[in-house]
Amino acid sequence: MSAIEGIARTNYAYLDEQTKRMIRRAILKAIAIPGYQVPFASREMPMPYGWGTGGVQVTAAIIGPQDRLKVIDQGADDTTNAVSIRAFFEKVAQVTVTTHTREATIIQTRHRIPEAPLGEGQVLVYQVPIPEPLRFLEPRETETRMMHALEEYGLMHVKLYEDIARNGHIATTYAYPVQVAGRYVMDPSPIPKFDNPKMDRSPALQLFGAGREKRIYAVPPFTEVKSLDFEDHPFTIQHFDKPCALCGSTHSYLDEVVLDDRGGRMFVCSDTDFCEERREAGHVGELGVPA
Amino acid sequence: MNAEQPLLKVSNLSRFYGGRIGCLDVSFDLWPGEVLAIVGESGSGKTTLLNCVSSRLQAQAGRVEYRMRDGRLRALSDMGEAERRFLMRTDWGFVHQNPADGLRMTVSAGANVGERLMAVGARNYGQIRDTAVDWLERVEINTDRVDDPPRAFSGGMRQRLQIARNLVTAPRLVFMDEPTGGLDVSVQARLLDLLRGLVSDLGLAVILVTHDLAVARLLSHRMMVMKDGRVIEAGLTDRVLDDPREPYTQLLVSSILQV
Repeated sequence: MSAIEGIARTNYAYLDEQTKRMIRRAILKAIAIPGYQVPFASREMPMPYGWGTGGVQVTAAIIGPQDRLKVIDQGADDTTNAVSIRAFFEKVAQVTVTTHTREATIIQTRHRIPEAPLGEGQVLVYQVPIPEPLRFLEPRETETRMMHALEEYGLMHVKLYEDIARNGHIATTYAYPVQVAGRYVMDPSPIPKFDNPKMDRSPALQLFGAGREKRIYAVPPFTEVKSLDFEDHPFTIQHFDKPCALCGSTHSYLDEVVLDDRGGRMFVCSDTDFCEERREAGHVGELGVPA
Repeated sequence: MNAEQPLLKVSNLSRFYGGRIGCLDVSFDLWPGEVLAIVGESGSGKTTLLNCVSSRLQAQAGRVEYRMRDGRLRALSDMGEAERRFLMRTDWGFVHQNPADGLRMTVSAGANVGERLMAVGARNYGQIRDTAVDWLERVEINTDRVDDPPRAFSGGMRQRLQIARNLVTAPRLVFMDEPTGGLDVSVQARLLDLLRGLVSDLGLAVILVTHDLAVARLLSHRMMVMKDGRVIEAGLTDRVLDDPREPYTQLLVSSILQV
């Protein structure tokens, strides 16, 4: 271990090389079997579980000094989680960081897919709290692994059936289960179902890391990702009545922001970079000011 | 389907729990549409035998062969896990003594009935729901209860729901482990009535485990008496109950309470 000014320094990108190789092997296996959850020896990270320990380990295993990293939390670049993970990699991996989706080579995300289309060569790293889509239907891990192995996915439709029976429509709005490459059913992490179609045949590589649950899975570029549904209740995404109040976008996922205690509220793009770019290009919403 | 050929052939089936005998050297054939009762006291190996035959438990010796829908007789041990599980949720049914073991208690009755359909690829909500409602009617559950979870059902209703859930894929063979256990007598009577109707309407073959000889007499055509893991007497139900030959069977039959 090298010492600078008498202080012990961590290895490049925080994890030691053996650990990174172990994680890369898991990632390669995950890419080879799209949607399959590969167990890996998840490490303790200098952050609590639930804050993206899985995503951070995946990012650390694939990052190099030439990369440009973007980190988003619910679409935003400026929230605590995103800012601290970005600062972490700036420090331990001497990497360039960015907030622009198009410039980034690695995008670590919590609960969103950026609005701007991703391109070839980009890697999207998801932070996953619970990788097992069947978990709340079948609590036994031995049984769910058997169900994946034998492709017994009837239970997943039981959940959707329940949704329709209780609410008249499929009420699952996030972590909406998908089938990858016609084989494994996968939890896309708690992204809104609005983002599900973006996963289908995406040119970018999508990696999923679950630190607490010790699982890595992947969707290789240009892989079919199909959201589960019924013939007479097909999959649909959310639609918003109003455009974004700041940039006027009608085709992005919006957050509701409460403005006062008299019922005032506005809807704004959850993807801050997308919203800013539109405003710079001259688009103005009803509450926005021209850039 | 050739009724001259057995649906299920069990030969020399044995299962041990360490040094103890679960069931020993049991052989029998089951024909399509036949109801076979396995009776005996607690611990005589009835349930062990049922579980071994239905491949829920691994037998240590012996063979179980089943005639598939294409007419071929196949040994269960030669099938892969996937094929065996597929068979279990399409061509077979298993009715547990405790309905909570056979039902998903947290999802609605309709989803419980529909699960097997969805497992074999049904993807039309309207059709699944219609089938579920139809089956609730057939097992005499009010169809307005279709969206209630089984938790909100009485014991008898749960048992009937479990039966509907098993029969929805039109199985040819149903295993029943004390289906009327834990129910009061009037509910038992209605359930037996329903079972008898369904079995004859659908031409089901049934292997029925019970310690209640009255249930066996009412439902079954043929009967096997077990003691200490062995089959000690087998024959037509009426013959065994009216003219028991083994001393143990005689004891069993004479122990029935006469009201």
